[in-house]
Amino acid sequence: MNGAALLSVEAVSVDLPTVRGNLRAVDQVDLHLAAGQTLGIVGESGCGKTMLSRAILQLLPKKAKLAGRVIFDGQDLAHCSAEALRKLRARSLAVVFQDPMTSLNPVLTIGTQLIETLQEHLELDAAAAKRRSGELLAAVGIPAPEQRLSQYPHQLSGGMRQRVAIAIALSCEPKLLIADEPTTALDVTIQAQILDLLAREQKRRHMAMIIITHDLGVVAGRTDDVAVMYAGRVVERAPTQALFKQMHMPYTEALLAAIPKLETAPHTPLPAISGRPPDPTRPLKGCSFSPRCRYAAGRCESEKPPLVPAEMAAHQYACFHPIRLAADATA
Amino acid sequence: MMQQAATSPLLKVENLVVEYVVGNKIVHAVSDVSLEIARGETLGLVGESGCGKSTLGRAVLQLRPAVSGKVLFDGEDLTAMQGEALRKMRRRVQLIFQDPIASLNPRRRIGDIVAEPLVIAGVRDAKERHDRVCKVLNAVGLDPALTIGRLPHEFSGGQCQRICIARALVLNPEFIICDEPVSALDVSIRAQILNLLEEMKARFGLTLLFIAHDLAVVKAVSDRVAVMYLGRLCEVAPSEELFARPAHPYTALLLEAIPVPDPDIKPAERVAVGEPPSPIAPPSGCRFRTRCPRADERCAREVPELRPVGPRQSVACHHPLT
Repeated sequence: MNGAALLSVEAVSVDLPTVRGNLRAVDQVDLHLAAGQTLGIVGESGCGKTMLSRAILQLLPKKAKLAGRVIFDGQDLAHCSAEALRKLRARSLAVVFQDPMTSLNPVLTIGTQLIETLQEHLELDAAAAKRRSGELLAAVGIPAPEQRLSQYPHQLSGGMRQRVAIAIALSCEPKLLIADEPTTALDVTIQAQILDLLAREQKRRHMAMIIITHDLGVVAGRTDDVAVMYAGRVVERAPTQALFKQMHMPYTEALLAAIPKLETAPHTPLPAISGRPPDPTRPLKGCSFSPRCRYAAGRCESEKPPLVPAEMAAHQYACFHPIRLAADATA
Repeated sequence: MMQQAATSPLLKVENLVVEYVVGNKIVHAVSDVSLEIARGETLGLVGESGCGKSTLGRAVLQLRPAVSGKVLFDGEDLTAMQGEALRKMRRRVQLIFQDPIASLNPRRRIGDIVAEPLVIAGVRDAKERHDRVCKVLNAVGLDPALTIGRLPHEFSGGQCQRICIARALVLNPEFIICDEPVSALDVSIRAQILNLLEEMKARFGLTLLFIAHDLAVVKAVSDRVAVMYLGRLCEVAPSEELFARPAHPYTALLLEAIPVPDPDIKPAERVAVGEPPSPIAPPSGCRFRTRCPRADERCAREVPELRPVGPRQSVACHHPLT
């Protein structure tokens, strides 16, 4: 980590009470993100990646219990007042969700939603806010922005809606943007456009960004660091280049291998990961991945492997039988 | 017409047109599509949302009436069939949907869900139904004893998709239309289901129409691939050829847009321009021309016909890449 961290997540755990008992959604996660850096959080559904982002934003469900500290820009968010959090989320901490329809108000025009945000948080007058809204829509690649201002979300395509959601998120020049599966609901050509847009704006504004995704392909070319989550824990964390060069955690390797590749001939059986993630209300005593892991042996089932550094301190993994050979996983 | 059962295609779609009326406007969902699927073959059908690929799948099963054109299944025109004849034919063709949880009735037990096609097909013997359900559940990798009495919510998405596949297989169909069968599943589960589909295809001698928007997924299972854009076919070719030498600029665009899990390959700059136009008012001539880097005035004037550019590769483009 170079320089002071903009965001420090320290030993954060999230517990949710359910009818089946306590569900530990996030388990002792540590993360650090410097200003202007991009972090990818990768994992499958239910691995806790969205709950972690909610914990950072202090937007957890009411019943959820948060332990640990979330330090953003020098402030411990868990101890901020509701008003201070509101100000922070408005000005410095923005989020883009998977489904833009859930973050846009269906009965207000695009213009109203953008102008309202700008007037409220930046204290612009109506004319300036309207002008700025047009500029923002143009910046996120929306053609004919002036006309779009008077349209409703349902009149736009999914890709356009996501652009509007990004425009709103960027409107107050945030220091950190959390993009939670920003392209999962979109077509592949639109996905590429939206990811390009996010990368461009991130660089231009020197903004820190967290991309949450289930697709290792999405984080590969577009992040500085990657954290892989499984069953609520970070199981491997590394600078992106180092991770793809040498994965140490068998889960990361299996996840990459399971993606169908364009280079592979048709009808080649995929190296699938057998089984499925453990029930989060019935945590395993040992490594959560051990029942599905082909290297599991000995203490994997009785002891939780801690996150330990590899050759370089920035690359950490949680495994008793790490993969060491420098095999080119993407070849 | 001469028919040779062994060599004639199992499915032949001829100049199929499907349109929807929305208010006073017409949505051109499928426009003049022709394709063939041989026995034992998997044809992948790719395209972005709204390109008409699901409508095409449904129109094959006559779940959407065609405006014109023919759907020949095993030599017989399904568009001309009605009532009992169509119902009988449909037993030979099954459908698997994208959202496995939504396509299972949450209030019914798995045993009843999987047995339902048998009930509808008139298998009256409860013992026989039970045996066939157990056999097919075993085939898709589920333990019948732990499955039959349970409700869908007790299963994960991947398991629900296995149940859907079991239900589709229970009548021993010849042809299965898979409509985005793995799009809703996690990466690790997706590979399991794709492998299962391949295994089932070999074991039961199936022919598949595999609809998806993910080219890499389609390549993994398909013998040939058809690319669809805004209701029309752009390109049809064997998987290897299509991916090695795409002839249509749209196919090339789709290939470039796929995120590659390799940080050394920087994402191509501006791979795709704009979004597909509305199928209510598709562009004149070639429908892709508004996003195509090679478009000229001929593309606006003339609809490009699907024509062969290789031994088994066809493309509908005035300025193909190969």
